Amino acid sequence: MYTPHTQRDIGQMLQAIGVESLEKLLRVPDSVRLRAPLDVVPALPETGIVERFEQYARENAGASFTSFLGGGSYRHYAPPAISFLAMRGEFLTAYTPYQAEVSQGYLQAIYEWQTYICLLTGLDIANASVYDGATALAEATIMAIHANGRQKVLVSRAVDPNYRGVLKTYCDGLDVAVEELPVSADGTTDLRQLSQKLESKEYACVALQSPNFLGIVDAPSAAAQAAMKQSETIVIGVVSEAISLAALQPPAHWGAEIVVGEAQSFGIPVAFGGPYAGFIASTKDHIRRIPGRLAGKTVDARGNEGYVLTLQAREQHIRRERATSNICTNQAHCALIATMYLALVGKTGLRDVAAANVRRARELAAAVTAVDGCSLQFGAPYFNEIVVNVHQPAARVLKNLEQQQILGGIDLGRYYHEYADCILMAATELTTSDDIQKLAAALRQSVKVPTHV
Amino acid sequence: MSDHTASPLIFELGQEGRANKYFAPEKPLDEYLPAEQLRADLPLPDNSELDAVRHFTRLSQRTFGIDVGFYPLGSCTMKYNPRVNDAMANLHGLRDLHPYTPDAHAQGALRIMWELERSLCSLFGMEAFSLNPSAGAHAELAALLIAKAYFRDRGEHQRDKVIVPDTAHGTNPASAAMCGFKVISLRSDRRGRVSVDEIRKVLGPDTAVCMMTNPNTLGLFEDHVDEITQAVHGAGGLCYYDGANANALMGNARPGDMGFDLMHLNLHKTFTIPHGGGGAGAGPLGVAKHLVDFLPTPYVRKKGDAFELDFDLPKSIGPMRSFWSNFAHIVRALAYLYANGAEGLTKVSQLAVLNANYLRVKIREFLETPYDEPCRHEFVASAQELKKKTGVRALDIAKALLDRGYMAPTIYFPLIVPECLMIEPTETESKETLDGFVEALAEIVETAKSDPEKILAAPQTTVVGRLDETRAARQPDLRWYPA
Repeated sequence: MYTPHTQRDIGQMLQAIGVESLEKLLRVPDSVRLRAPLDVVPALPETGIVERFEQYARENAGASFTSFLGGGSYRHYAPPAISFLAMRGEFLTAYTPYQAEVSQGYLQAIYEWQTYICLLTGLDIANASVYDGATALAEATIMAIHANGRQKVLVSRAVDPNYRGVLKTYCDGLDVAVEELPVSADGTTDLRQLSQKLESKEYACVALQSPNFLGIVDAPSAAAQAAMKQSETIVIGVVSEAISLAALQPPAHWGAEIVVGEAQSFGIPVAFGGPYAGFIASTKDHIRRIPGRLAGKTVDARGNEGYVLTLQAREQHIRRERATSNICTNQAHCALIATMYLALVGKTGLRDVAAANVRRARELAAAVTAVDGCSLQFGAPYFNEIVVNVHQPAARVLKNLEQQQILGGIDLGRYYHEYADCILMAATELTTSDDIQKLAAALRQSVKVPTHV
Repeated sequence: MSDHTASPLIFELGQEGRANKYFAPEKPLDEYLPAEQLRADLPLPDNSELDAVRHFTRLSQRTFGIDVGFYPLGSCTMKYNPRVNDAMANLHGLRDLHPYTPDAHAQGALRIMWELERSLCSLFGMEAFSLNPSAGAHAELAALLIAKAYFRDRGEHQRDKVIVPDTAHGTNPASAAMCGFKVISLRSDRRGRVSVDEIRKVLGPDTAVCMMTNPNTLGLFEDHVDEITQAVHGAGGLCYYDGANANALMGNARPGDMGFDLMHLNLHKTFTIPHGGGGAGAGPLGVAKHLVDFLPTPYVRKKGDAFELDFDLPKSIGPMRSFWSNFAHIVRALAYLYANGAEGLTKVSQLAVLNANYLRVKIREFLETPYDEPCRHEFVASAQELKKKTGVRALDIAKALLDRGYMAPTIYFPLIVPECLMIEPTETESKETLDGFVEALAEIVETAKSDPEKILAAPQTTVVGRLDETRAARQPDLRWYPA
């Protein structure tokens, strides 16, 4: 129970209050008093808790399989220094740094995070984090709607389907219509359709992801950039594999004035989906519209430099129903982990990780396409994920691989009916040549080549 | 914390050639990708591991957490965060499990989600909980989207008003606005409660949802809660329970029995998940039977002996986040439930209320407590009289507490109490800690009367003094720029 009260303490405290018993103190009107017995998990001593969760952890055999799963959550190396630092109680058990004088350390870390996100995305400002990549996209879309007042938004079908799902959930609430752009045969967004749609000047924003959900580098062409500019549509760049920012042109380079994404790749465990850290960066024109907390530098009365949470007039606790967003709790501790990761790995390490991911993905592609009946679905350049067509229902092949303790990737049929024969496979710096050979060998057994071709 | 020298930024520490050797050197990227798609410049520093470790250690030393000292922050429930919870969240089989792992190979994780979901349903009297929302405000948004979908489903498109009491958290009206609802603010009565008569006046065929916190942010139990929920239901509306203050009644009374149709919990408040400097949290969303079909996706189910994530909910509002839940926090919360069991949780809220009332009766000896009656897990004091006499405000008291090694209470909230100090001690604090806090606060009030300048100049012992917030907002400096 983690309560320190002795019977004597309780007696003395009740006496000071002037009430006879705890039950009397916590009186609840009869009409709403709890009557039914509670059906809650049983109380265990700490040894029992550990025993039970170790058992539950063992029931997740998938955590130890050879894995090629990606699709917005990636297994990367995290230097152990991160967890030693991040688990320091001062960080872990702090509240939001509203009392700046005793929160200078955390505020400075947020300021450093904001700087890292700006440097990586090529934009002017970044917030202190939002829940994850998907909600970052939804919040950025609301920024765009507020900025130009248009009530329709465009999103590429090559944007992570979970992000599109959340975007739709949020837009339903605001009665904003979401339209999707198709994917071309090479795995990039259909830019001709994009340019056509933009002629009407009715879209608040267009969201493009690069590398996209299919692993493809999907930066728009110069012509598409011109069309987006011409129609005064706000371009939202989406990044779900943050390691790519170390290698590819930052989204600001291809016209994005808001960049959103997921920082999970920067040292945050995959942890069955969370918590992760979403980020939002933008040009400074949007400074009064960006949602969530912002740390800023200022001075104290003695002239010392210091940090505070600032521009709070945008936020719900001040502005209530007129706030830019309802967000309060964010992902501060995950953003802190990402900041530590970036500090430790640094420019050189980040370049090497990015290159290792790119190289491993090519090694994976070579090994898999050498298997009869497996081919790459798309021809455009990719980062660390590939789409492999197995020319039969992907679900069946993946099931076979599972029997050999391999998680071969994501069945794309889950999200794209036209790619039901395709598997999205990820490689990272942690993918070994042995892993790749094991997968190729298992695929050779699982993918029965149709005899009639 | 008396080192006043500013800590250099990580960007000012770095030097070329100090890279750590975590990874093997790689060939340049243009061997693999077209040059025009590659970025030319990556303006980040390389830091030695020791420099980085010292940097973040120093930042931690300039940060105040529960582990450092008493944290009586009202409506935030800053209780002890048991370390076994973190250890469990870091077990390999839980930490390294990918969200796309097929259900068959993630049964332990799904069982953890299911056990937490079932326990929360019983504890709070709800039919089902979605573990999808990432925080309290996120769950509020999901709940209002559910309300919108529910009324649309019933053809009641005209219901566009959300009623929010003036003591409510700011997220309530902000969440309502994000779903296109119009907010009706309701004034509290003289007893600090929602008035049944007042609410009847605003109820009508356009009522969608009434959002309530119980106990409210004054720490008072809404004793007419069942009349209020009945009145809202009578008008065809739904009732939402903001569970930010659930620590006050967990195991003793249930929102479901009070007539609430929707509710959220902040696992980072009531269920000991570390706040981590502002997040991540987790905000499970509970619903009554008639709203189950509208829950966000996915929902965890038990089928026979196996567990599964159900993504196929035809009336669902859709997903609220990238992946299924803030799973590591689900693990922590369930570990906390196991540490307590039903009886323990019942005791937790009783002792939280005991601690709050003990502080209340001690503090009212030298500060006004505007609602002078037994409180729940928190209460409000006011420095209005003190301000009139001495010029010392709630803000100054807060800063003086920092000098004495305490985190300040929540100040200037709820908005209806002038010079408000909102104090929530939680059940994990000992009588000795509470006595020490009372002594410090009494001394501050005494000093304010004898030598107010001393308090107005606080804090003195912290690494910086009061910061110029106006300058921060007028000339925003939100990042470092490379030279």
